[in-house]
Amino acid sequence: MSSQAVLVIDGELYGFNSMRTGNNSPDSATNALQGVMDKCGMKLEDIHYVVGTGYGRVNVPFAHKAITEIACHARGANYMGGNGVRTILDMGGQDCKAIHCDEKGKVTNFLMNDKCAAGTGRGMEVISDLMQIPIAELGPRSFDVDVEPDAVSSVCVVFAKSEALGLLKAGYTKNKVIAAYCQAMAERVVSLLERINVEEGFFITGGIAKNPGVVKRIEKLLGIKAMETKIDSQIAGALGAALFGYTLMSKKAAAA
Amino acid sequence: MIANYGYKDGSGEYYISIDTDKCIGCTAERACLTACPKQMFEIITDDYDDEVAWIKKPNCRTLAYDCADCKPSGGYSSLPCIAACTPGAIKHSW
Ligand code: SF4
Ligand code: SF4
Repeated sequence: MSSQAVLVIDGELYGFNSMRTGNNSPDSATNALQGVMDKCGMKLEDIHYVVGTGYGRVNVPFAHKAITEIACHARGANYMGGNGVRTILDMGGQDCKAIHCDEKGKVTNFLMNDKCAAGTGRGMEVISDLMQIPIAELGPRSFDVDVEPDAVSSVCVVFAKSEALGLLKAGYTKNKVIAAYCQAMAERVVSLLERINVEEGFFITGGIAKNPGVVKRIEKLLGIKAMETKIDSQIAGALGAALFGYTLMSKKAAAA
Repeated sequence: MIANYGYKDGSGEYYISIDTDKCIGCTAERACLTACPKQMFEIITDDYDDEVAWIKKPNCRTLAYDCADCKPSGGYSSLPCIAACTPGAIKHSW
């Protein structure tokens, strides 16, 4: 599991820290926050407002408010991709979220699937372990095949794992199995996206945004190219939380 | 906002959609809260500070089972939640 902390000053991204933390304890949040402040040469006391988000949002010490990851991802994607962002796909470690938002980054339609690991980072880790191939190599290797295979028929990671083993025994190369698995993941998330009306202005957040094996297959299925950003896609939720914090703090100051 | 609560797994797609814009000025006196025999609905303050209905977290992962008794196979011709919500905010995907 990873934790992210983002520092926003005057409504603009100033610095961020993304680190593997193991669990959702209050220490994870504090360490991530301390990390970004150290990087920016500032102290915790310099912070005016903290918003917690994600699975650990109620575990963020000294947070003034907790906001769901749905609203925060939309707000973060709106900052990263601009006000043309309409459809957001977040393939996080534990869940998969499909979000539709307006030009201000306000959510207009969303769904989340956290029951099944298909379409999540956890699903990718399972295949990485099984193939004994680092996660960062899965995407590029999935294109190194003679013929694009059909998707593995099961999207449930438990069954997909035994199906993958069966394919290896049947003579598939590792790359071909990875390609079949990436295709299955892409088909799964596209079926979720279809429930929320996919529109141009398509933005992907979360760790899997960095996996071209899944991203390019999703783009092909949707017929839409994902928007590009220079900012690390993994901080979208934390960035959105920080931007909400800035707005809330400004409102509070104006009312005082 | 359309909020979809539920999941998709190997057995199918089970989502209850709530049009929260209709909940804001609910003209049914929050009838969903009492109509659902499983008491799955709850009024919350959402991220935009609106008071709207949602489906309680634990039910979001077990909808297919929770709602089975109310579906036609359970003898119902219309779902209690949908019938009670006269603003028409609730939809089921299955
Ligand atoms: S779901 Fe229907 S009955 Fe329940 S609060 Fe919303 S509008 Fe009212
Ligand atoms: S179908 Fe029945 S159990 Fe399911 S939400 Fe509606 S009233 Fe509740």
